[in-house]
Amino acid sequence: MAETRIVTKRLRDHPDDSWTIDRYLQTGGYEALRKALTMTPEQIGEEQVKASGLRGRGGAGFGTGQKWSFLPKDVYPRYLAVNADEGEPSTFKDHMLVERDPHQLIEGVVISAFAIECHQAFIYLRGEFALGAERMERALAEAAERGFIGKNILGSGFDLDVVLHRGAGAYIAGDETGLLSSLEGERAMPRIKPPFPAVQGLFAKPTVVNNVETLSTIPYIIERGGEWYASLGVGKSTGTRVFSVSGHVERPGNYEVELGTSFRELIEGLAGGVPGGRQLKFFIPGGASSPWLVPEHLDAPTDMDYVQNELKSMLGSGAIMVFDQTTNPVQVAWRIAKFFAHESCGKCTPCREGSTWMEKVLYRMANGMGRPDDLDLLLDFGDNIVPGLNAPFAQTTICALGPSTMSPVVSLDRYFRDEVLQMIGAPAASAVEST
Amino acid sequence: MTDQPMSQWPSAGEFVIPVREGPERVRITIDDREVEVPNGELLIRAAQDHSVYIPRFCWHERMKPVGMCRMCLVEIDGMRGLQIACATPVYDGMVVHTQKDNVRKAQDGVLEFLLINHPLDCPVCDRGGECPLQDQTLAFGPGESRFVEEKRHFEKPIDISDLVVLDRERCIQCGRCTRFAAEIAGEPLIDFGGRGELTEVITYPDDPFTSYFSGNTVQICPVGALTARPYRFKARPWDLTTSETSCVTCAIQCRGAIQSSSNQLVRLLGVDSEPVNQGWLCDKGRFAYEWVHGEGRVREPMVRQEGQLVETTWPLALDAAADGLRRVLETHGPESIAVIGGAHGTNEDAYAWARFAKGVLRTDNVDAQLGDGLPAPVVIGMPRARIADLDHAAAIVLLAPDLKEELPVLYLRVRRAAEELGVPLIDISARDHGLTRHARAVVRHLPGSAGEAAAEAVAKIDELSAGRTGDVVVVLGRPSLAEAPEATVHAASVLAQRSGVRFLSALRRGNVHGALDLGLAPGFLPGRVTLGAGREHYSNVWGAAPTASGLDTEGILRAATEGSIHALVLLGADPLADFPDRALVRSALEHVDFVIAVDAFTNASNRNANVFLPVTVWGEKSGSTTNLEGRVQRVAQEVTPEGTPMPDWRIAGELALRFDADFDLETVPELQDEIGKVVPAYTGIGASLLSRARDGVVAPVAEHHELLVLDAAALPLTGASWEPIRPGTIASEEGLASHLGTGVVESSGTGSSTTVKPGLTEVEAPAAPPEEAAALGQAARAAGAELPELHAWDGQAEPPSPEPRDAYALRLVVGRNLYDSGRGTAGSPSLAPLAPPPVVLVHRADRDRIGVPDDGQVRLTSSRGTVILPVRADAAVPQGVAFLAFDAHEPGAADLIDIESPVTDLRVETLR
Ligand SMILES: Cc1cc2nc3c(=O)[nH]c(=O)nc-3n(C[C@H](O)[C@H](O)[C@H](O)COP(=O)(O)O)c2cc1C
Ligand code: SF4
Ligand code: SF4
Ligand code: SF4
Ligand code: FES
Repeated sequence: MAETRIVTKRLRDHPDDSWTIDRYLQTGGYEALRKALTMTPEQIGEEQVKASGLRGRGGAGFGTGQKWSFLPKDVYPRYLAVNADEGEPSTFKDHMLVERDPHQLIEGVVISAFAIECHQAFIYLRGEFALGAERMERALAEAAERGFIGKNILGSGFDLDVVLHRGAGAYIAGDETGLLSSLEGERAMPRIKPPFPAVQGLFAKPTVVNNVETLSTIPYIIERGGEWYASLGVGKSTGTRVFSVSGHVERPGNYEVELGTSFRELIEGLAGGVPGGRQLKFFIPGGASSPWLVPEHLDAPTDMDYVQNELKSMLGSGAIMVFDQTTNPVQVAWRIAKFFAHESCGKCTPCREGSTWMEKVLYRMANGMGRPDDLDLLLDFGDNIVPGLNAPFAQTTICALGPSTMSPVVSLDRYFRDEVLQMIGAPAASAVEST
Repeated sequence: MTDQPMSQWPSAGEFVIPVREGPERVRITIDDREVEVPNGELLIRAAQDHSVYIPRFCWHERMKPVGMCRMCLVEIDGMRGLQIACATPVYDGMVVHTQKDNVRKAQDGVLEFLLINHPLDCPVCDRGGECPLQDQTLAFGPGESRFVEEKRHFEKPIDISDLVVLDRERCIQCGRCTRFAAEIAGEPLIDFGGRGELTEVITYPDDPFTSYFSGNTVQICPVGALTARPYRFKARPWDLTTSETSCVTCAIQCRGAIQSSSNQLVRLLGVDSEPVNQGWLCDKGRFAYEWVHGEGRVREPMVRQEGQLVETTWPLALDAAADGLRRVLETHGPESIAVIGGAHGTNEDAYAWARFAKGVLRTDNVDAQLGDGLPAPVVIGMPRARIADLDHAAAIVLLAPDLKEELPVLYLRVRRAAEELGVPLIDISARDHGLTRHARAVVRHLPGSAGEAAAEAVAKIDELSAGRTGDVVVVLGRPSLAEAPEATVHAASVLAQRSGVRFLSALRRGNVHGALDLGLAPGFLPGRVTLGAGREHYSNVWGAAPTASGLDTEGILRAATEGSIHALVLLGADPLADFPDRALVRSALEHVDFVIAVDAFTNASNRNANVFLPVTVWGEKSGSTTNLEGRVQRVAQEVTPEGTPMPDWRIAGELALRFDADFDLETVPELQDEIGKVVPAYTGIGASLLSRARDGVVAPVAEHHELLVLDAAALPLTGASWEPIRPGTIASEEGLASHLGTGVVESSGTGSSTTVKPGLTEVEAPAAPPEEAAALGQAARAAGAELPELHAWDGQAEPPSPEPRDAYALRLVVGRNLYDSGRGTAGSPSLAPLAPPPVVLVHRADRDRIGVPDDGQVRLTSSRGTVILPVRADAAVPQGVAFLAFDAHEPGAADLIDIESPVTDLRVETLR
């Protein structure tokens, strides 16, 4: 099993200098931009990007071309914000793309900005990415020097200013409306939608927020055509994705594969499987926010719709965390809950209060102070964060962080209920049934 | 409704409701009932207008929705999951469920979340008894919490300002306070800090919450997290009685609900009157009730005996007062008697005193202004705008003092018009003030040359109002007490030449407009008629009227100094504290033989009075007052005064009796009915109309009947004090406390799902159909036709000709600070410490030229006098100008201002 490298091709082929302008130009860089500038915005957005079936790589998996088409007609200025905040635990693909191929992102940004008729773009870069910031800053300077950004780009008459903004370390700044608040100089607190950013985003102007990987893909769609991109992948999950595989595997790392590739191929094939001959216990398929899967799901395809509809989980940020038989699932649940409780922005009640409550209960459970009805208590009040425990279709919160807090608890209930009950000394449900 | 549709909110970074295409009104179905509502209205509001109360914490009608608390979740057919009603606009055919099990479960869930960290210290919480969390928990709470973890802890309580205390443990993070500060007051001094469970309301280091509007956050905080120092632990909601009234601390006359416990005023809440204050109060108005119970109230009448004021009985005091007046009248004639003051009383007080002074004593030397306002013919006769006109004006022009300091809630309204409603604001001023930063054009000028500035402003008006409808509203006041009113009047006359210009008075003293309207102005008789036009009419109704036009306060003081005023009535006036030229007042008071004080307190001016007649004050008497837009509203009696003070109007009547004039007016309604009958601009505004008009009555009613909302009954539409309190909803006897109790607690029947609902009444067609208002207007017009014609200002004025300023002098600008040495601040223990000490503010370059550091003492010399005060550089003051706040401090501005000169220039020197 091999990778299908598109956005990671250059950085894998040229590990020593993939981020330099020279290498970029030498490997066909900015050619897509030249081509795009001869096209009309409609030809790019409608005919190519929409046709490619490209869906957002930030987590929600929303159709990129469709998102662009939501911009209201004739309302200017418009802004483009690049979501490079990558805060989802165990996700480290954007980190790599920014550090190792900044020009690829810039080219995607310029083409996208041209397609949405925007003259001001922002790259919201996670504060901790020091090297990424350095390289991105340098790349922006180089791009400006060579006329790829700035005024009258490549003689086309198109202007684009790109601002690099470094975040201050809040996970919630990765949510698109939290990101916009932060860019405006406010606390990174998500906003209620509607209005959606496409209608009223940054400084109340129409704004597109796209993920690093999403935008890095754009040049290839222009270069080779939307139809080509759509021919990769499976169903409505077209193209490739960079999966960050981590945890109990032989070779943790980023792997770019065609969507539809099975989890088994990723975990056991590319990442080398669980080391030391131990057994896989469970894995988290799409970042800490996503509900867990277990070995029986290994052969499922990495198809966004399949994972969501059939497995009641999600591909999310494309980060696969692998846990072997030695893992205490309650401990994992607690650690994830602690993250969310810490990162809850505090704006809305169910998440602000519910996330800490959850963390406190899981802490007790994980540390020998659990009570027999703790798991049911969690499910019961969690139902008031995610009615019907049916994320993402129902949530009582402003943003998706709230429902994310329930993923570990739902997973414990789905796959480890007996183990949990046993652990805290309560009669296991199955035991009760069998008597 | 006159409310601004929310769809007109312009874009800021936050929530804006899209303007919906389609019909103006749409039909929606709420819980199986179809109702018609305005298209695009927020669901929570549309439902409420049809008696469906969707619970909420963060949403407040006067602020943009943020959707933080998640209490208002409802189900809407065709939308997945639950939606927040506070941020969802209605659309045609919307089907909403507010009572389904899933909805109630979600709402219960939110409450449970709010409670897990809540300290539940209700017994020691001011909000206890009117708290939505408590109501819910007491009514249906499971008795025992499922939350067995340690609660969140914060140090409590902490002071976030001089007046407001924050208990972060009780805070439910609804963001009402922070949004109020940023959105309404424009002072984002409080914000959220921390994350998750530890999210807390914070102030910034070195930047305390020094807002003039901080008390509003206490009122709208749904829980007891924010409390007001003056009210803390003073009473429990169920012990309070309440009356709807107006604040008369300034001339806006914001509507309020005054509450008392054990015959002590303890709290004033803002009532949400759309045309006046939209629910807000300033802190001075909110807390100045304290002075009513302040130290030094005179509670018994006194007469001077052997140099001392000694208590006596009312008959003896009134006899002494009448005898003194009679002696002067007989010896020197009516022109030797003068009355100063009356702007602190009610309209009934003003009318009775005008009738006594002008109809009985026949003197026209009567003035409610203290040389710190504008000429009565202008104020009474200018084409008027209403406060609400600001919202839709073609442009707003400021030719006024700093509204933030002098008329704070009007500042909020103008700020909102400029910031939220896109009305161009043009500022004609000599220095920066609270609204300057919101102005689209600033016409800066040196005091004395406002006329030229006005000409320049006209061009700006044309430019900025192009394409806009509505009138141009000029907010007209006295920009500086060191600038003679002629300059301002001239500037106003320049503006008045432009078509479509109307004026909104910015005179500040409580009921000055009522006093002027009801005859306490020289050359005028009650009802905005001149002496000439009204003499015959009033001679008929009163039996007499002055023959010659009299003097204003300045003229009275001069005449007194010259020995031609022999008796002076100080009607709640302290000219030594308020008149711009202290020396003139002092000399006048020295020369008058006989002074009658009609006041609640002794003060510097009335200390040597021959007779002291103590009066009841705001909160202790009922009546009506007129605000700066001419709106007549009722004020209520909430407590019974100690001792035997009388309302001013009764004193006037008693004195008249001693001159064989029997007014035959024994009650306030009788007075109101007489006013409604005989006073031209007030025709029709009698007791019955005043008692029925929800938002008061704008005089003259013949011109403004379309503004009348006649409510049949007082129906409680409000939950607790944290929800907007609507005018006309406070039943006068039982008070707010009891109507809080009418909150119907409903259970869904499932046992666990609950909602507390305040009593709601369907808003049907207005209680009085518009025809009735029209008929009232018609009747008033018919009755008015037989009365003298109202005075109209001709808009003409000569420019003053100030000397050019010499290069070494600084031109003095004198305005007021909200907190000053006046009774409202100094008499209220909570506010008194907030008054800033006197300091002269100058431009940095001027300070450096003078050669002193900040707060260094300088000698200021004007043509009138010399005083020594500290000086400080201030960014708001341009070069060549010195700003000094007016108050009673000695030495102060009143020792410098040269009222004979159009302007006052200062020489400023170091003491060396
Ligand atoms: C709590 C939270 C955190 C998020 N963090 C990120 C992030 O770090 N990076 C990212 O690209 N998207 C993140 N998202 C998703 C964004 O809101 C948004 O959907 C995405 O940036 C859109 O870009 P795309 O359409 O290209 O995926 C986050 C969402 C939530 C609710
Ligand atoms: S769900 Fe959590 S992170 Fe999102 S807005 Fe609400 S409190 Fe903030
Ligand atoms: S202090 Fe009161 S108003 Fe402010 S956020 Fe807390 S609960 Fe809301
Ligand atoms: S603005 Fe004036 S009327 Fe309103 S509360 Fe303040 S002092 Fe009272
Ligand atoms: S009232 Fe709607 S979310 Fe608070």
